[in-house]
Amino acid sequence: MKFWRLPLDADEQIIPVGELFIIVDRCKGCDFCIEFCPNKVLEASPEFNKKGYHPPVIKQNHECNNCGLCEIICPEFAIYSKVKEKRCFTEIDLLRYEEIFSDEEKGEQG
Amino acid sequence: MRYKLVELEPFRREETQVKIDETHGLHPDDRYLKPGRIPHIWCPGCGLGIVLSAFVKGMDSAEIPIDNCAVVSGIGCTGRVAGYLNMDTYHTTHGRAIPFATGLKLAKPEMEVAVFSGDGDLFAIGGNHLIHAARRNMDLLVVCVNNFNYGMTGGQSGPTTHMTARTVTTPYGNCEYPFNLTHLAYASGAIYVARWTSFHARYLIESIRKCFSKKGFKFIEVITPCPTGYGRPNRLGTGLEQMKFYRDNSEIRNNINPMESDMGFRGPIVVGEFVNEEKPTFLDRYKEDVLSKVFSG
Amino acid sequence: MSKDREVLTGEHFLNGDDACAEGAIAAGCRFFAGYPITPATEIAERMAKRLPEVSGVYIQMEDEIASMAAVLGASWGGTKSMTATSGPGFSLMMENIGLGMMMETPCVVVNIMRGGPSTGLPTLVGQGDVMQARWGSHGDYGVIALSPSSPQESFDMTIQAFSLSEKYRIPVIVLSDELTGHMYERVVIPEKKEVPRIRRKKPRKSPSEHLPFLGGEDMVPPMACAGEGYRLHVTGLTHDEMGYPVITAAAQERLVRRLCDKIRKHTSEIIRIEEEGTEDAEIVVVAYGCSARTARESVEIARGNGVRVGFLRLCTVWPFPEERIRELAARGVKGFVVPEVNYGQIAGEVERCAGGRDVLMVGLMGGAVHTPDLIVEAIEEMA
Repeated sequence: MKFWRLPLDADEQIIPVGELFIIVDRCKGCDFCIEFCPNKVLEASPEFNKKGYHPPVIKQNHECNNCGLCEIICPEFAIYSKVKEKRCFTEIDLLRYEEIFSDEEKGEQG
Repeated sequence: MRYKLVELEPFRREETQVKIDETHGLHPDDRYLKPGRIPHIWCPGCGLGIVLSAFVKGMDSAEIPIDNCAVVSGIGCTGRVAGYLNMDTYHTTHGRAIPFATGLKLAKPEMEVAVFSGDGDLFAIGGNHLIHAARRNMDLLVVCVNNFNYGMTGGQSGPTTHMTARTVTTPYGNCEYPFNLTHLAYASGAIYVARWTSFHARYLIESIRKCFSKKGFKFIEVITPCPTGYGRPNRLGTGLEQMKFYRDNSEIRNNINPMESDMGFRGPIVVGEFVNEEKPTFLDRYKEDVLSKVFSG
Repeated sequence: MSKDREVLTGEHFLNGDDACAEGAIAAGCRFFAGYPITPATEIAERMAKRLPEVSGVYIQMEDEIASMAAVLGASWGGTKSMTATSGPGFSLMMENIGLGMMMETPCVVVNIMRGGPSTGLPTLVGQGDVMQARWGSHGDYGVIALSPSSPQESFDMTIQAFSLSEKYRIPVIVLSDELTGHMYERVVIPEKKEVPRIRRKKPRKSPSEHLPFLGGEDMVPPMACAGEGYRLHVTGLTHDEMGYPVITAAAQERLVRRLCDKIRKHTSEIIRIEEEGTEDAEIVVVAYGCSARTARESVEIARGNGVRVGFLRLCTVWPFPEERIRELAARGVKGFVVPEVNYGQIAGEVERCAGGRDVLMVGLMGGAVHTPDLIVEAIEEMA
């Protein structure tokens, strides 16, 4: 999906920025949060936790928007988010959405 | 007779407290959990943790005080839910959570009483109790976690195991017809019947929240992955793959007759809030029909 | 227009079942969950009528298993609760009686014994559940079982059963039989203030300090019910003093010994026996329940015939009065005559404690209770 330009009311759109807290040693590596995060913000860390699993970690240059799905979908009470700040919608967000939606399209066709 | 006994090792509170780890209290829902019991015993990829999380979030959004809620569970993986909750919880015998909860509710009607148990516990050994509690419209919330097998004991078949599925006791494929749990609950008299999967966690939270403000027999079936007991023998994949399957193959159909909500083995799963009615509960009728007649006539 | 219907003070002509129900209500029982079974159905019927009068709840459950589970649940809700059944139902309830023992739940289970095994003689007397009352559920635990011999005792002993169950936090069994249950006799119900109403001990410490399964001196922990803020986890799994399931041998050792010892170490307070003429007796007749009534008569007859025979009646069948039997044996009685409506259950216990003295078991399999002549014959045989 391609966006042609920034939406005209972009400066009125306030989006939250979330801060992710991961309780690393509770994670059992099920990967639900990584897979189901709507903004594809998480990936498995190369590090191991105490039990030998790879807990999630935020990808570089990616931002959580505090939707709360990871907290709801985690079976281990190992991840939650809080609002850090709020900001306006920008060009960078457009690029991010393109990336996410194109991944999904590829996924559907693949 | 005389006895030769070993010395008792005294109870040391510090030993139990050693398990109270530093991470307790970090997660916002930790106040609903007993310190020192997380991480829980369920397998990676099991959806039970999600159901537990949805329950406490539902309680939270319904603003039910913790001391006003009691949870009764049976035996099995789902039955262990009781051990993790920081409230009055009762881990009873196999199949008998519902009558225990009945007694508890009748003795303390002001408390919210929820029953958490698995498909085998509630519908095989406990089937009789479930249909009668539904018939009487006991004011109970029953959350049935359906993983299609007896997980705790190694993955034996149960009353909801799909036809042709392989389990350790159906090595040639299951030849029995399974129950449609929501249909059975509705037919027995449940006034709120819903089915969700662990993937539909948000809807589950909302269902649970709604149930806390309803009176009567409420039944929620939650389909969860069981990668160890059911997923592996049937090549359903890991917990994650089963969750993706739920995401891609569920149809949300609200307000249908549960009879139409059959689930195929590897086919579409019908989820939704099927029934949402109102009816006087057992206690309402007891007060109106029995107690009121005591000293008259 | 509300009369006090809790304690029906006065003289009544009641059968054992009705008297048992009245005793329960007088003791404060406000929850009954049961299932109809001859000859205990009258208890359920009376409770169905009387409980609404005292704002209690009566519910007829779908089977005996559910009844026992509901009784446990109601007890944890803070209400004194009871169920009543007979042999076949007693067998069904066993798993949950074990659960009640493990969770240390005060409640009363009434078994109006009838001829067994299996469906047996639904309408006729038996005493064949005595050993089952002691060992019915799997595992080790302490048991208290009371045995009334008359409707008056059915009333009194049900009240005692509630008191004992609240004090020791166990399900107490009232082991009656069809004869006593269906017999009509004069029952005197005392004033309300004379009826003891013991309540379970409540915790004194705050929720964060309270150890819900730590027995003190008396090995009985105080009990916090649902909704009182203690947020207990109560489980049938082996648990430690905090209530958490702990699957280790060490925790099992502590827990099971305490469950058994809380009864074993208090037998002197729990056991009640009645003796007549045992001071100089050569032969002692040991009996309980319905057979005790004819046994007393036969002891009188035998004494009249010159035999030095004494009579020992077990008001509490469990714990069994081992010490007293041993004492009598050591003192030099010739033997014990044990009439029972079974093929030898308490007789085995007597023999175990009788130090080699002769034990003559007078057994009837069920359906009829002993006539005095039968027991007199046995006494004279031994003499």
